[in-house]
Amino acid sequence: MSATPASLNMNTAREGGFDWKAFGMSAWRGIGYPVIGIGVMLALWWLGGWAIASNPDTESFADFAPAPAFSRLLELTANGYVWEASAPSLARIGLGLLWAVVIGVPVGVAVGLYASVREISHVPFQFLRMISPLAWMPIAVLAFATWDGAIVFLIAVAAIWPVLFSTAQGVRRIDPLWFKVAKNLGADGLQMLRRIILPAIGQDIFAGIRLAVGVAWIVLVPAEYLGVTSGLGYAINDARDTLEYDTLAAMVVVIGVIGFFLDGICVKLIKKFSWHNQD
Amino acid sequence: MSANISIDFITHTFKGQTDPTLNNIELKIPAGERVALIGRSGCGKSTLLHMLAGLLIPTEGCVRIHGHQVTRPSAKWNMMFQKPSLYPWMNVRQNIELGLTFAGQKNPEKIDYLLDLVGLSEKAEEHVQSLSGGQQQRVALARSLATSPEVLLLDEPFSALDAFTRATLQDEVARITGQEDLTMVIVTHDIDEAVAMADRVLIMSANPGEIVGEEQVDLPFPRDRSRAEFSRAREQLMTKFDSLVGDVKPAEIRQTGQSKALDDSKQQAA
Repeated sequence: MSATPASLNMNTAREGGFDWKAFGMSAWRGIGYPVIGIGVMLALWWLGGWAIASNPDTESFADFAPAPAFSRLLELTANGYVWEASAPSLARIGLGLLWAVVIGVPVGVAVGLYASVREISHVPFQFLRMISPLAWMPIAVLAFATWDGAIVFLIAVAAIWPVLFSTAQGVRRIDPLWFKVAKNLGADGLQMLRRIILPAIGQDIFAGIRLAVGVAWIVLVPAEYLGVTSGLGYAINDARDTLEYDTLAAMVVVIGVIGFFLDGICVKLIKKFSWHNQD
Repeated sequence: MSANISIDFITHTFKGQTDPTLNNIELKIPAGERVALIGRSGCGKSTLLHMLAGLLIPTEGCVRIHGHQVTRPSAKWNMMFQKPSLYPWMNVRQNIELGLTFAGQKNPEKIDYLLDLVGLSEKAEEHVQSLSGGQQQRVALARSLATSPEVLLLDEPFSALDAFTRATLQDEVARITGQEDLTMVIVTHDIDEAVAMADRVLIMSANPGEIVGEEQVDLPFPRDRSRAEFSRAREQLMTKFDSLVGDVKPAEIRQTGQSKALDDSKQQAA
């Protein structure tokens, strides 16, 4: 029996033709779900704004609502204020994270690799990591000659722990046979670190950095309340002092958007350095 | 090029233990010989192999390879483990050339030759996680051979594989060690494996670990497991093991494949 054109088309679809149903499902999951999430968030924000505006006691804060905030955001983006405020914050975050990685990764490797280092450092590290980074503010102000230095220090103090502990945990999970085989093949200490340990824990380091970015971003705003006259934290503080609540809300949106993109970069890096089930 | 191995009166006691794991072991392995070490679990076979690899230093005595005392691991005496332990962030080729990379060398022709030798030329650029267990063990073998070792040490390398893959790899490794002129020492629980791969089988007793006997296997390679000579050699080895170490328990010394079927039928006939 010869095949009809319709059945041929169906067979083609099954055997490798474009699968519209799967494409639709994938697009729905990739775009539809996030749009729903954003919609719910905006609706709640709008409801909050409406409640504030409807109450005579709080109506002076009505500019917190989405409409004035987005209108102001467009204005601030167009006149360059958003970039002007974001650039110093990003520089401080970048420097703080850099210090956290430069110190956290090697110390984490040592903690993961050597039981003696782990045991010696356990109590001091657990003690130090429980201290709120903001509690270091007075010491940071005394210890650093510039406000910028103090802020970078506070960010680094907050960011170092996720990087350090994630690195240490990654090292401890390395298959001991990988060390044995590498030794057997003639690896020296540096080669072991470069060719075996770091690639093995790449995903753990970036998972730690991802957590650190979150913590650092949270610490940034209060840290920028310190003496500086630039950055997103300063912009928020300034907007509060000048009662420009639409600017304040716009800067909150900017902080959220930048944080979201930084997290996205970290997720991409984790995937790039993940060797689990590579095909 | 192969190297001779001299084990000079090794005794080893692990930290925190009073009784030695290995006691006064003396052994000479001529260059190019294929030796199997069999014995019950915990008799110290793997400990002895780790000492040959320089991964463990004996408390008394020493190991010499080609006259040089073994004090640390070296790419000249390479060990293959039960698990292939490949590095999943590297592809097949990168795994195989790792020893050369550590030595600061590059030799793509040699890697191509080894890929061909283990039948994985087509998979050179694939990630190792996409390979089967047998293919992964072949990569581990090629990796061990890349640094041109004089001695190949095998620590139950095929025990996690299915019977067919195991038999194929046993034959391949026996062929390759002959072809590449390597001295080989294999630790195994599998009587068939010992008979299929070794020129000489050493029997170890436990508590403390000692070499209590040996059996020559004078069969040509490749060894056909279905031939009567193979069964006879295996029979002789089993009898010797029984007489020296005691009754063989299946969990301790394993028989595989056809030889086990032959044994079972004999028991039924009796």
